[in-house]
Amino acid sequence: MAKYLLLKHYRGAPAAVNDVPMDQWTPEEISAHVQYMNDFAARLEKTGEFVDGQALAPEGAWVRYDGEGRPPVTDGPFAETKDLIAGWMVIDVDSYERAVELAGELSAAPGAGGKPIHEWLEVRPFLTAPPTITQCPHT
Amino acid sequence: MDETLLRSLTPSVLAILVRRGADFAAAEDAVQDALVEAIRVWPADPPRDAKGWLVTVAWRKFLDRTRADAARRRREELVDEEPTPGPGPAVDDTLQLYFLCAHPSLTPSSAIALTLRAVGGLTTRQIAQAYLVPETTMAQRISRAKRTVAGVRFDQPGDVATVLRVLYLVFNEGYSGDVDLAAEAIRLTRQLAARVDHPEVAGLLALMLLHHARRAARTAPDGSLVPLAEQDRGRWDTDAIAEGIAILQAALARDRLGEFQAQAAIAALHADAPTAEETDWVQIVEWYDELTRLTDNPIVRLNRAVAVGEADGPRAGLAALAALDASLPRHAAVAAYLHERDGDLPTAARLYAEAAHKAPNLAERDHLTRQAARLNARP
Repeated sequence: MAKYLLLKHYRGAPAAVNDVPMDQWTPEEISAHVQYMNDFAARLEKTGEFVDGQALAPEGAWVRYDGEGRPPVTDGPFAETKDLIAGWMVIDVDSYERAVELAGELSAAPGAGGKPIHEWLEVRPFLTAPPTITQCPHT
Repeated sequence: MDETLLRSLTPSVLAILVRRGADFAAAEDAVQDALVEAIRVWPADPPRDAKGWLVTVAWRKFLDRTRADAARRRREELVDEEPTPGPGPAVDDTLQLYFLCAHPSLTPSSAIALTLRAVGGLTTRQIAQAYLVPETTMAQRISRAKRTVAGVRFDQPGDVATVLRVLYLVFNEGYSGDVDLAAEAIRLTRQLAARVDHPEVAGLLALMLLHHARRAARTAPDGSLVPLAEQDRGRWDTDAIAEGIAILQAALARDRLGEFQAQAAIAALHADAPTAEETDWVQIVEWYDELTRLTDNPIVRLNRAVAVGEADGPRAGLAALAALDASLPRHAAVAAYLHERDGDLPTAARLYAEAAHKAPNLAERDHLTRQAARLNARP
């Protein structure tokens, strides 16, 4: 079993095949898309593979420490930031192949013209706890 | 109240309900309800016959559930009469439960969840916490697993090897939550070993005990990994080591070698060495050769290269490593270690950093990063 993060990008991912901005879809197409995403999450709950999923607002700020006794500095958003995360889903699956299979299904969510968006999703494995029976020669 | 003792009664109580005619899924739910009730009631009012109490309460819960479910009316008629005990069980019920919960039709994660609940008596919440998933997800995983094995006959003989794989996974990934899954895996393997006479069951139990014995010494107070050679051997659990070695020796004496016995033999040689320097690496290499014959697993060959490096020198280790695919997990970590032993520190530092980048878990990544930093910081 392993956990994977499926990342959806506002910006920074390669262009989708069906790359039409959502505000140019019909209302029905938007509803169909939302329904698909909800059904997908519900199906993963049923298979016992769903951990978490959240959407993120596109606007955010950059924050950093500014020294002892000073409030943190905030700045941005910066237009030049290449990567902008739109949301994520965490899944707990038996194999990497299963994670890829599910990401592929999620990428098939319908968009403009009711056709799959074919958007690129990023699949990132979680770093786990170390195994008890170590395979690492140093431990 | 001893919750482990209570949970150890789970499989036999469940099996009695199934023998009385309850279907597995409903019986399993009823036993869970009875366990919860026992935890609530027993501290103030402990029963004289714990198992009898659980059977009575679980059976009542089962009937209540069956009655409440109108769709199951027909089954109620079937089971509401006084149960007939049936012929004496020809097979061990608890053993049958192990087989059912590790049935080959289940995915590993489903088999693990079902085993921990139906054999281990853990609650869905405890299992969910241990595997860091929401309780609803774990509940779905368990009910799906129960549906998958619904058609499996309870008295079908199973394959011990599938059960061992499940228990191995529980042990090996057993770290988080308030339930000590490594200890639970040992308990379940011990219970299995008492029921089935199989040298590989003994081998797995020995392997678990020998690794568990080192657990306290494996981690520094800050959570960082302590390599085997640097562990404080005074903190190893000598009772667990003695038990593991005794179990292993009895298993090996039967001359039916298997993968787990060979792995346990390697763990025993480490556990037996009073200091890291006194480790019998020549024998460890021989056991890796046995393991390679038993399972042609590239990870085994990788670990063998480390052992060869210790037994015959780092050059020999690097030669053994050269024959292996560089994309193997931890290949860079092994290469880094052998190059360091060989005195090529710049190469070792570069490979440690590369290994850290590829590490599958945080503790190993931090450990490997420290190794790279240590070599980079040398004067």
